[in-house]
Amino acid sequence: MKMPAPDKQILSRRRQIVGDLEAIIASAGGSGLTAGSVISDPISLKAYECDGLSAYRQLPMVVVLPNSTHQVSDILRYCHEHQVKVVARGSGTSLSGGALPLEDAVMIGLGKFNKIIEIDYGNRCVVTQPGVSNLAISEAVAEKEFYYAPDPSSQIVCSIGGNVAENSGGVHCLKYGLTTNNVLGAEVVLMNGDVMRLGGKHLDPGGYDLLGVLTGSEGLLGVITEVTVRILRRPVIARAVLLGFSELEAAGDCVGAIIGAGIIPGGMEMMDKPAIHATEEFVQAGYPLDAEALLIVELDGPQVEVDHLIDRVEEIARGLGADYMRISENEKERELFWAGRKNAFPAVGRLSPDYYCMDGTIPRSRLPEVISRMKELSKEFGLEVANVFHAGDGNLHPLILYNANTPGELEKAENLGAEILKLCVEVGGVLTGEHGVGVEKRDLMGTMFTETDLNHQQRVKCSFDPHSLLNPGKVFPTLHRCAELGRVHVHGGETRFPDIPRF
Amino acid sequence: MTNQLFKPETTEDLQDIVNEAREQSRPLLIQGGGTKTGWGHTPMAGDRVETKKFAGIDLYEPAELVLTAKSGTPISDIEELLADHAQHLAFEPPDFRGLYGTVRSSQTLGGIVACNLSGSRRIQAGAARDHLLGFEAVSGRGELFKSGGRVVKNVTGFDLSKLMAGSFGTLAVMTSLSVKVMPAPEKTRTLLILGLDETQAVRAMTTALQSPHEVNAAAYLAATQGRRSSVSYVSGAGQAITALRIQGPGPSVSARLEELYRLLSDAGDIEELHAHNSKILWQEIGNVAPLLPNRTAAIWRMSLPPTSSPAVAARLKTLEGAEIYLDWGGGLVWFAVPDCGDADAKFVRACLEECGGHATLMRSTEEAKACVPVFQPQSTEIAALTMSLKSNFDPAGILNPGRMG
Repeated sequence: MKMPAPDKQILSRRRQIVGDLEAIIASAGGSGLTAGSVISDPISLKAYECDGLSAYRQLPMVVVLPNSTHQVSDILRYCHEHQVKVVARGSGTSLSGGALPLEDAVMIGLGKFNKIIEIDYGNRCVVTQPGVSNLAISEAVAEKEFYYAPDPSSQIVCSIGGNVAENSGGVHCLKYGLTTNNVLGAEVVLMNGDVMRLGGKHLDPGGYDLLGVLTGSEGLLGVITEVTVRILRRPVIARAVLLGFSELEAAGDCVGAIIGAGIIPGGMEMMDKPAIHATEEFVQAGYPLDAEALLIVELDGPQVEVDHLIDRVEEIARGLGADYMRISENEKERELFWAGRKNAFPAVGRLSPDYYCMDGTIPRSRLPEVISRMKELSKEFGLEVANVFHAGDGNLHPLILYNANTPGELEKAENLGAEILKLCVEVGGVLTGEHGVGVEKRDLMGTMFTETDLNHQQRVKCSFDPHSLLNPGKVFPTLHRCAELGRVHVHGGETRFPDIPRF
Repeated sequence: MTNQLFKPETTEDLQDIVNEAREQSRPLLIQGGGTKTGWGHTPMAGDRVETKKFAGIDLYEPAELVLTAKSGTPISDIEELLADHAQHLAFEPPDFRGLYGTVRSSQTLGGIVACNLSGSRRIQAGAARDHLLGFEAVSGRGELFKSGGRVVKNVTGFDLSKLMAGSFGTLAVMTSLSVKVMPAPEKTRTLLILGLDETQAVRAMTTALQSPHEVNAAAYLAATQGRRSSVSYVSGAGQAITALRIQGPGPSVSARLEELYRLLSDAGDIEELHAHNSKILWQEIGNVAPLLPNRTAAIWRMSLPPTSSPAVAARLKTLEGAEIYLDWGGGLVWFAVPDCGDADAKFVRACLEECGGHATLMRSTEEAKACVPVFQPQSTEIAALTMSLKSNFDPAGILNPGRMG
């Protein structure tokens, strides 16, 4: 993975930059919170060398831990003035390298932004600092039976600010949407230090939807210092059904038939045989070991509705040849059904020294074809693949098993992963459903987008950060200079379309 | 030079039109069915480009919950096809043809997304922005580009769909759009609580929306507006109504109705509307019908924190001849006031200063539009970003120039 070449001039000024950052923190802070807010010794920096994509590591030049919007603004303004690159980091759980440090960049850690500012049940929203974990928001409003819907699997640690940056998903996206559908407002600091408030407790802020563009921009457009999210009343009940099929196609058909019947489950997950075996050995959830595919279908809502829909799902599944069926009769059983799926990654981790998790999305009807071609690829590369799959929304998570200690195997796993993602795009899908592009899928962007497509995305970057100082080297395979992107091609002014009807 | 009307049939035609306009710096007025040209400032005079010939549904896979259609496809064609498969557009796009006096034309998919429309279900299902999965468009640079895809879960690259929704054709001309579709609810019921004032109504709506009974629309009509409904239960009530809609599978709707009756028994007398009347009432509410008989009034649309609406409504009502109704559980205030030059813009926007939100002048005289910002004025930082985005996507400033201010 090639990252932008470090700027030697910046590196040579490292001591000066560290000193300046300390001065910024000291002048803004006071109150004893400043000690340890600027980290520059190599041992302490080690904690920041990677995120959830641990195959890539790089010590940052310096880490700074501000505790106010004011400090963030001062730091960014300073870096902008001195043309120093910046990488923002929430909890560092990105699976695509979104928070991978750069050798010549200041890393801003937002861990001190750890307070929920306001819970507003009347307007059904929570205003929070960005370093608060996803789950902490749900916990804070649990007393009144509310929750925050998006639930990425890292929710106990991942920060809400990071969720906004990555437009995080989870298992309930089909019914409740991604982060972008659940964020109402944000305070953002731009690279030049300007502070902007987008949205609030109301819906659809007028003008261009800057909040919508910011969500999922992977830290390339601004640093988020406050977030307003909408909260929902917790469904009265949730029940899950386990459905085992002797053929993958039948399981895929069942998913389509459930949705076709007008039922939108809260969650609908699929696992293939290798994943079923790995998880069953790990947590003993009672999964059927002879099944080729297992579906977990969870219905949530009012009791009457859930009972009613469970019956219909059962009927649909029976009609499509499900040969294993179990319905959760209580909360403990429902959690057990999920235990396997939720532990799929560590379970697969037991089978193999290392695994590499992919994240493509496909039109669901192409699943059988994609799975069978994935099997061929797996054979070709000589690496095992286990599949867990957000079946409702077509988001695949193939887990490629490999051993990093075997020379060349990581590269092989990455190449296999790239082939799988290309396959997703080929059948009408996309490179990433929820993990983000980051550095991981950066060089594959060209398989999905043309140069023109990518240039239009980068022009948004140019508006927010014209010198490309924020998180460079992520998302885009080549970062064009904004001046170059600003040029327009002149065709000489001749009329080249005399045939078009004019009225 | 006299202004022309272009009706491009292919993306190449459209690119040529945009490129020529760009080279000559001639403004292009972009429109689908032209039903909402009254929304926003009157753009600089220029050639008109209609997307009507970009018509047709290219892909519809009910089990995948996705539909791809060209931008000029009439929304009624799409809604009909979806209804045949018991599906719908969950964001419930309203029909603003009555508001703008354009009933003879049709709203298009592209126009609905470009204006980021949404109806009463906004509070549960989101707006057009939340349902646009991907698009193809020609930007003001004359280049054809795409973003997003046709799958629900997608974070590949910047989400330019959000930028397109609500940009009123000022950044690019969309040619094709993929949208998320959803199963249509089997059964619909609407509860009407009679005789509340705004404060009581917002309290009741908040209680309902905080409950687990999945109320997906909540609106309030004062007696004057209610009297104009074509639903006799509403017009005949002779008093204000607070309407709460619940939808879903039959047994679920019945059970939730019972629970809501119990929950709101102290709020006031309760009536119930069945499917047909519900449909009409919610269409009226979405389409601003309760304010339309007042033909010369200026009409404002205000989005604000729901619980702030009673106080804001009280202030607005101090204006003579003011009429108000609430949607989105109080989060949306529709407000009509006799148009006296500036549509009371300063006063209207001052009402939102404390609670936050935005006010859009939806309909007024040209005189008012000339002196009042139609869209909520932006902070310096946001205005600068807005201008920069505009010039990056449309460097010659030829797409609907001036429409958004």
